[in-house]
Amino acid sequence: MNLETVANALASGLLTGLVYGLSALGLSVIFGVIRIVNFAHGEMMVVGMFIALVLFRRLGFDPLLSVPVVAAVMFAFGYALQHVIIRRVAHLPDYMQFLLLAALGLILASGSLVIFGPDAQGVQVAYATDSVALGMLVVDKPRLYAAAVALVVATVLLVFFKYSATGRAIRACADNYLGAKIVGLNVDRLYALTFGVGAACLGAAGCIILLLVDVHPYLGPAYTLLGFVIVIIGGLGSLYGALLGGMLIGVSEALAAVVIQPSLKTAVSFGLLILVLLLRPQGLLGRAVQ
Amino acid sequence: MMLERLFGDLTTAGRATLGAFLAILLALPFVASSYVNTVAIICLYLAFLGQAWNLMFGFAGLLSVGHALFVGLGAYTSAYLFVRHQVPPVIGILASVALAGTAAALIGSLAFRFAIGGVYFALLTIAFAEFTRILVDHAKFLGGTEGLFLPVGATSRQGIDLIHIRGWPAMYYYLILALCLGALLLCRLLLASRMGFYWRAIRDNPDAAAAAGVPIFRYRMYAVMISAALAGIAGVFYAFYYNNLFPEQVFGIERSVEVTLAPIVGGVGTAFGPILGAFVLTPLGESLSALVRWLQAQGIIAKQVRVDGVKQLFFGLAVMGIVLAQPRGLWPWICRRLRLFRPPSGQI
Amino acid sequence: MAALLEVSRLGKSFRGVRAVTDVSFAVAEREIVSLIGPNGAGKTTVFNLIAGVLRPDTGRVRLASRDITGLRPDQICAAGIARTFQLVKPFPELTVLENVVVGALRGTPDVAEARAAARRLLDVVELGEQADVPAAHLTLPDRKRLEVARALATGPKLLLLDEVVAGLRPTEADRMVRALRRLHDEAGLTILLIEHVMRAVMALSDHIVVLHHGEKISEGTPEHVVRDPAVLGCYLGQGVR
Repeated sequence: MNLETVANALASGLLTGLVYGLSALGLSVIFGVIRIVNFAHGEMMVVGMFIALVLFRRLGFDPLLSVPVVAAVMFAFGYALQHVIIRRVAHLPDYMQFLLLAALGLILASGSLVIFGPDAQGVQVAYATDSVALGMLVVDKPRLYAAAVALVVATVLLVFFKYSATGRAIRACADNYLGAKIVGLNVDRLYALTFGVGAACLGAAGCIILLLVDVHPYLGPAYTLLGFVIVIIGGLGSLYGALLGGMLIGVSEALAAVVIQPSLKTAVSFGLLILVLLLRPQGLLGRAVQ
Repeated sequence: MMLERLFGDLTTAGRATLGAFLAILLALPFVASSYVNTVAIICLYLAFLGQAWNLMFGFAGLLSVGHALFVGLGAYTSAYLFVRHQVPPVIGILASVALAGTAAALIGSLAFRFAIGGVYFALLTIAFAEFTRILVDHAKFLGGTEGLFLPVGATSRQGIDLIHIRGWPAMYYYLILALCLGALLLCRLLLASRMGFYWRAIRDNPDAAAAAGVPIFRYRMYAVMISAALAGIAGVFYAFYYNNLFPEQVFGIERSVEVTLAPIVGGVGTAFGPILGAFVLTPLGESLSALVRWLQAQGIIAKQVRVDGVKQLFFGLAVMGIVLAQPRGLWPWICRRLRLFRPPSGQI
Repeated sequence: MAALLEVSRLGKSFRGVRAVTDVSFAVAEREIVSLIGPNGAGKTTVFNLIAGVLRPDTGRVRLASRDITGLRPDQICAAGIARTFQLVKPFPELTVLENVVVGALRGTPDVAEARAAARRLLDVVELGEQADVPAAHLTLPDRKRLEVARALATGPKLLLLDEVVAGLRPTEADRMVRALRRLHDEAGLTILLIEHVMRAVMALSDHIVVLHHGEKISEGTPEHVVRDPAVLGCYLGQGVR
């Protein structure tokens, strides 16, 4: 194990981490505003992956090009979900919402199983085995492009929340629900929009990650857990925290694979999760949650 | 005397219903096919496990999505002791219960000391279960990914050997039935005791409970440990019934989620709810699977449609339906409709 | 009469804001003492410090010469102090009787015995008829009485009542005062109460402690306190004769 291996692992981890971060953004946005923990996170991402797969198979779209389409479809799905179903359980204790979303995850996963079968399926793009040399680093093209697109989408999102009127309105809801209502904001519609945005994030992330990973119906829980690890370490509700957490986890996974053993890398992530849950549940950048 | 205390709050209708249900269950192996018996064993297993889970959630207020951890610890401990050290399960079960209880005590005290509740606690349980799964995956002495296999001989499925938990399928049936009924009695006993009152007080309002002298940490820990111990016992049954253990199947999150289905559908926080839930979901799931297979045989549904996918889809929809329509579960609703309990207890 | 409760030099800050500063007072056995003062004076904080909900930054709390500072709320209850809450906290899913049983189980592990004791207490606070009603269905005055009954069921030496009369109509308030008087006279209960409703304070108290901005500004008999210029000043503003 030499410097070159470690450096490459770091680079690869950082790039993968950006994609993880994008998916965690979706989770963070939803929690930060609507205060719902989306336990169907991974399954929704897998749905995005499958849609991208179908677009690739039927229309030959490179997954990175499918991002806008998949994001739009998932946005509609998320919007409808919040508006029709999740809104109804808003008054119930939060474990009920958790269970509802877990049930949704189960439905999505089993639906994928029924439609697509249990086998792993992937895409083969033209540049799948190409790589780019940057000094002593050798980076796969798919990973580089994936990270680039993830960064673009994340930037669009951050700009949206910071500068657009709707984005500011959503942030107002997150800060002060009652105040937002009093000022006349249509909170229900904004919540639905937020869930839609979160779902779109997941769709985009799923699209992108199809470039790096094959999809199968049982992939959901692993990504849900990964999403939670990232978001809790980075801080629930913090957008920058989600990106930071994503990169941290990406790097730690890559390093663990090189230093310890690839199959134990998830164990390291879980160990980190346990530590953070115990010592600093609000994460690195998040606000303290009750 | 004891019966009065345990079932005194049931109306005549309630007692009749319970009696009929019990009679059917006792007679089942003599009247039903072996397929029905197998399904019944699964029902009772999930009912028993559901009751165990329910103790932690319904009574200590802690949502556990990692109960497969305790089941797995129980299963692997007794199996390992039997396979490698010839310790019969009737003794091995003590080690199983001890280990599961200790793990729960550890997680519980960590959670309470650091004030983790709600969804964060659920995530903590998931993390511990997954962590253990990965560890066991790499543990060669437990068989690792290749699995741990219990010796099954030609005569293993005959006779009645409770010490080694081997015998007729009917023996397994009555064993799990006894466990399930035992858990029901235990829950009712506990609920009628000081522990039960303190649990309900903690669940309703922890601040007020503390002010009334309830040691919150201690009683929550009791619920957590009893819940895990029962799950560990279920694990022992699992190991000696299926005779093979794989980390992915035993500790996987799908198993943890499966544990929660029956209590949620049947009624969280009630003693009988998980039993009802198991006996509603499992037969319906099996019937649905049989229907799909038949439709496939007729050519109406494509052959490659996964039957287990359809079953899981049904379970997901069932839970979603319950959460949206009857969050308290089916059992409280049935109790009200059929007036199975005398007021004020109303349910349980 | 010996001091049952001794509070010495209690202090508590929240993120730099000093809620309670150097508060000391004593409650003798069988006394009824009232803690009064304008809103934000720190009265409930003092209660929470005594009851173990909060840990004091400075000072000590002694019950019958035993140092109980910093104990958990359930340990404080075991030591002999029971409390009610300003915003009542019943156990909503339990019946009225079962609410009190939870308190009574402090004294005995046997549920049947606890039930009997609970029934007796419900009669004392005149809630006997509603024994099987779920607590969630009670009106506010009944909830307050339930809270008192549950606290009493734990068999306390000292009862802390936090605004137990607030929000009640005058007739209800008088009823509560009469019940408390009866409890004190017949059972020899020592009571420390926080109260805004002056008619209750004057009717019940042997001794009054006045807090303002977290500090004790006066104490004494009701007659003395009512005439103390410092007290009048904090309620009505400076410059009042």
